Amino acid sequence: MENNIRLLLNNISVVYSDVIQVLKGVSLTVKKGQIVSLLGSNGAGKTTTLKAISGLLKPENGKVTEGSIEYDGKPVQNSSPEEITRKGIIQVLEGRQEFKYLTVEENLRVGTATRWGKPFKKDLEMVYHYFPALLARKKNLAGYCSGGELQMLVMGRGLMAQPSLLLLDEPSLGLAPLLVKEIFQIIRRVNQDLGTTLMLVEQNANMALQIAHYGYVMENGKIVMESDAEALRENPDVKEFYLGTAATGTLKSYKDVKSYKRRKRWL
Amino acid sequence: MEFFLQLLVNGISLGFLYALSALGFVMIFKSSSVLNFAHGELLAIGAFMFLVLSAWAKLPIILAFALTLIGSFALGFVIERLFLRPLIGEALIEVIMLTVGLAAMFKGLMLFIFGGDIHDYPKFLPEGLSMEWGTIQIPSVYVATFIIGILFLIIFGLFFKYSSQGIYMRSVADNQPAALSLGVHVKRVFAMSWAIAALVCAMSGVVLGIINGINVHQISSVGLKVFPVVILGGLDSIGGAIIGGVIIGLLETFTGGYISTSLREVIPYIVLVLILMVRPYGLFGLVEIERV
Repeated sequence: MENNIRLLLNNISVVYSDVIQVLKGVSLTVKKGQIVSLLGSNGAGKTTTLKAISGLLKPENGKVTEGSIEYDGKPVQNSSPEEITRKGIIQVLEGRQEFKYLTVEENLRVGTATRWGKPFKKDLEMVYHYFPALLARKKNLAGYCSGGELQMLVMGRGLMAQPSLLLLDEPSLGLAPLLVKEIFQIIRRVNQDLGTTLMLVEQNANMALQIAHYGYVMENGKIVMESDAEALRENPDVKEFYLGTAATGTLKSYKDVKSYKRRKRWL
Repeated sequence: MEFFLQLLVNGISLGFLYALSALGFVMIFKSSSVLNFAHGELLAIGAFMFLVLSAWAKLPIILAFALTLIGSFALGFVIERLFLRPLIGEALIEVIMLTVGLAAMFKGLMLFIFGGDIHDYPKFLPEGLSMEWGTIQIPSVYVATFIIGILFLIIFGLFFKYSSQGIYMRSVADNQPAALSLGVHVKRVFAMSWAIAALVCAMSGVVLGIINGINVHQISSVGLKVFPVVILGGLDSIGGAIIGGVIIGLLETFTGGYISTSLREVIPYIVLVLILMVRPYGLFGLVEIERV
């Protein structure tokens, strides 16, 4: 049972610039081969949680002050990003941080930085297999690609590192609904084919809970709810706040939710 | 006409020398956005290193040259490690001020060790390298500069375009947080760019020493010329550095030949201002890719 666990966050607190506390005791578990999704509104601390895992807090002057992060049973909290990426944890940053002046294929090759000098031809083929759109654009500068292509590019770039845990930060941000669907299908396929463990931070709770095995809900730097994705989808609170549907399954009227505002407006 | 051709040849050769030295400057700027004010001093260090090895230690020329390149490469690493790494994360202006300090320190040290006199290398370039067409002469130094310059530009071009390490270096220049998230060793990239820069500087320093003799003040003042060259070509473009170098070289020799030798040093800066008015990124600087 114990070695079934890929990642374990044990009551961690994160403080920025020594004063601003963002995470207040977050605990979560990611099992091997699972997709775990982390939901929550803006500012809940989802991205900070991911950065605490991947070591990218450091350049932003953030620090894990309490608790521990264990990866395959070994503590990794406050390690440098160079060390953590070499252990197999890769974070795909929010907002498609592509290398503008590198071509698509060069962007993908940067993903091999953690295993410099080893052959990468097979991985390129694998990425082009999952994201055929990239193959057609491989010689183009990434700066001129569309939003959808860029999202595929940064995910493919993460896969080039052969991660054992891939952290995805809002892959659906600013994409058309059809494209979001495609991206999520690819995420599911990657999880099934390659056995990659994934942690998914999303605003699009509906999509996220459809592909995830397990889910956590964050508010104000704390985990407020956790359960199987199935059960979360059925939970009345989650339905109301994150899925936008009421208990009956119909859309809840604006009047019922915010009646006080309405009255104010009509006074 | 012959006078014109001779000036043309001189200008291009001089330009190539400037381009070669500007390469080191561009390298550092490209990866870490640092303007290196110790550039001229790095040129001088390379020239003196070769002097010590060839004239004083009397090593064979090839060996001395190779050791100079290796030594300066190592020096670049050491400079980054000792002086620049502690400043990672600090404001850019502090790092730039540090290079000003480094320049003063290196200059002082060299004056202390070698004095202010002009030193000379033993003659070693084969006379057969020099070329002649009618009355036009290309001294062997310039021919050697040309060959070495082109060779190195090709090597660096290939390195940055195709090698993994070159691609990692470009990724850091492009988007540092993203490079970090993929496990690129950003500090190693900075160290590498300083090492390569010091190596290229040493090479141009040696060539300058062959042409003019080796003197701290003279060689480090050539380092200043790197500014019009790289600003003209675009601070982050290797191809631009070459063309910028050739343009400045030509401007200098033609002004010196046809107008007056005292205007020689000023004209490049005037043209620089004019070009920047039309193309603020320089001739070949990266135009910001903007998403709208």
